Amino acid sequence: MKIKNIIITFVSAIAILFSTSVVSFAKVVGDKIILGAAISLTGKYSSNGVHTQNGYNMAVDRINEMGGVKVGGKTYKFDIIYYDDESNPKRAAQLAERLISQDGVEFMLGPYSSGLTKAIAPVTEKYGVPMVEANGASRSLFTKGYKYLFAVLAPANLYLDVAIETAVALNGGKGVRIAQAFEQDAFSQDVRLGILDAAERTGSKIIIDDKLPKELNDMAATLAKVKAVKPDVLVVSGHTKGALTAIRQIAEMKVDVPMLAMTHCDAAKLSKQHGKNSQYALCASQWHKTLTYKDDFFKDGMTYAADFEKLFGYDPPYQSAESSAALLVFKDAFERANTFDQKKVRDALAATNMQTFYGNIKFAEGGQNVDKPMVLFQVMCDDAGKCENKVVAPLKWASAELIHPIPKWSER
Amino acid sequence: MLTLQAVLDGLLLGILFALIAYGMALQWGVMNIINIAQGDLVILGGYIAYFMYLYGIHPAWGVIVSPIIMYFVGVIIYKLVINKVVDRDLFISILATFGISILFMQLMNFAFGADVVLANSGYGTTMLFDNSVTLPNSKIFSAFISIVFAIGLVIYMKKSKLGRAIRATAQNARAAKILGVDTEKVYAATFGINAALCGVAGALISITFTIHPYMGLPYTIRSFMIVIVAGLGNLPGVAMSGMGLGVFEEFADYILGTEFRIGSVFLLLVLILVYRRFKLSRKREYLK
Repeated sequence: MKIKNIIITFVSAIAILFSTSVVSFAKVVGDKIILGAAISLTGKYSSNGVHTQNGYNMAVDRINEMGGVKVGGKTYKFDIIYYDDESNPKRAAQLAERLISQDGVEFMLGPYSSGLTKAIAPVTEKYGVPMVEANGASRSLFTKGYKYLFAVLAPANLYLDVAIETAVALNGGKGVRIAQAFEQDAFSQDVRLGILDAAERTGSKIIIDDKLPKELNDMAATLAKVKAVKPDVLVVSGHTKGALTAIRQIAEMKVDVPMLAMTHCDAAKLSKQHGKNSQYALCASQWHKTLTYKDDFFKDGMTYAADFEKLFGYDPPYQSAESSAALLVFKDAFERANTFDQKKVRDALAATNMQTFYGNIKFAEGGQNVDKPMVLFQVMCDDAGKCENKVVAPLKWASAELIHPIPKWSER
Repeated sequence: MLTLQAVLDGLLLGILFALIAYGMALQWGVMNIINIAQGDLVILGGYIAYFMYLYGIHPAWGVIVSPIIMYFVGVIIYKLVINKVVDRDLFISILATFGISILFMQLMNFAFGADVVLANSGYGTTMLFDNSVTLPNSKIFSAFISIVFAIGLVIYMKKSKLGRAIRATAQNARAAKILGVDTEKVYAATFGINAALCGVAGALISITFTIHPYMGLPYTIRSFMIVIVAGLGNLPGVAMSGMGLGVFEEFADYILGTEFRIGSVFLLLVLILVYRRFKLSRKREYLK
């Protein structure tokens, strides 16, 4: 019996050793470059997790169809190992460990959300695994001195400061009175810090500064205060819940503000869910399909949007576009590095300077993209109640003129 | 005016909370089960109204359709899980309903997606005092429907055969059984009625606030809090406690800030429990 047990243990140990040694060569197998990604396919971030995955998959297919990645005179194709992080940061960190130490992945794509990227970044950094991420915008990601983290998106603190600058410009260069309400999560609090910076820079005054709970579904108290103090700008950031709750209650309570700026409007499908009530809301966005950036793979935003819709049946949110851009960045870096050496690929990533359909990409020392401004779109509706998002700032990319101040509810 | 706005908002909100809490008090009193999945049943009820809205039916009809469907959902949950834990200690039932809560969250996420959604009632707004106090008609409608259902249930519990059987079982299940009450049926009906009340509340929440598969827990906590304050089987107490909690939350929001809204509910719960324990210990000392 004892001998039998010893034999079983021995055989199992060899089997495990063999299986791990097979996958530990997984970074480049044959003609495949295998990237790893922990994505939220279940849990509270699963909608955006799926947008992220769709963006990655579309770019993988497109790059592979168009000749793949050329390294050392050989052509490689991209492939991605996905795991579901269940929208849980601890799970995401475990999966990053698993991808690197068990599956042998040597290059990573980012998860969805700042919180999960924060959980994964220390792991990729520890193993020296370059990670290009497309959905973690929190400023704190870029101030920790990470060397292997690269984000194709603009940091969170830049999301809405364009709105404040626009309001100040419309006010004849004089500071404005700002009311703001932000959810208590890493991303929203970074957006808040950006507003505080912009307020200081422009001589504006914060007159309401509310923090919204994560279980947010009622902001009547904040809006009652807004109604009483009549600010020039109301800024709200609380993911999709915040955007939907704010628009519903602003309309119900007939809160008049000259400018309403918020985040996550397209993820919340504001114009679809609220129709005309969402009209005039200004929304920060990393990307919009009408922007005229170009590349060889997706041509431009409109073509990308049409191709995406053909594949997945819906208009791409910016989360998908930036995820596709992450693959373009990896391809460019591999080809410039001309090797799969992680350190050299990391150096090539750091030297990235390119244009994609999603925008220009150039990384600062902290890893954030400094060459792509945020855009602001405004929800505009026609008389029939059909609403569209139109880019209004920065002026270079504007497809419509900003409507300011927002007409009062009694005049609508 | 801000104070009046807060009081009215709180009262309207509190009436809705009281409806959810009444269901919890009922099943707690009858079956000795603390239902952690209470909030998830509310959210599921909300999704029923939301889907009606998606298919072009006014979501207000959800207050009729949702409780009917949710009653059967409640009975099925009872038959599958709750009947196995109904006579066990409270901890087992908490664990079981916690499991149901997780299962419901994941199933709703799987079936409906993780997007935050809402149903638009298009009910408009009531303006008072030269527009300085605004009351969304959807909130007034919610409070009105909650009151109608609560009164209806009180009458049903007093006048109907099943209502009397439920009350008898709550007083003494063994004696009720000896006197011919089918307690198994009573338990199933009680759980069904609780789920139906959650269905009504969910439909009202979908037209008043927003719904999301993972948004159930705050509703469980609030109803737990209301029941703790009011005590079991005390409907006027539940109604008062619900409205009180609504107003307390609104004032906490104004004075301390929105971030302390839920925290203040927890704090109040702790204070009440400490106060009750203090009162109880004094009573014991007196008896010695």
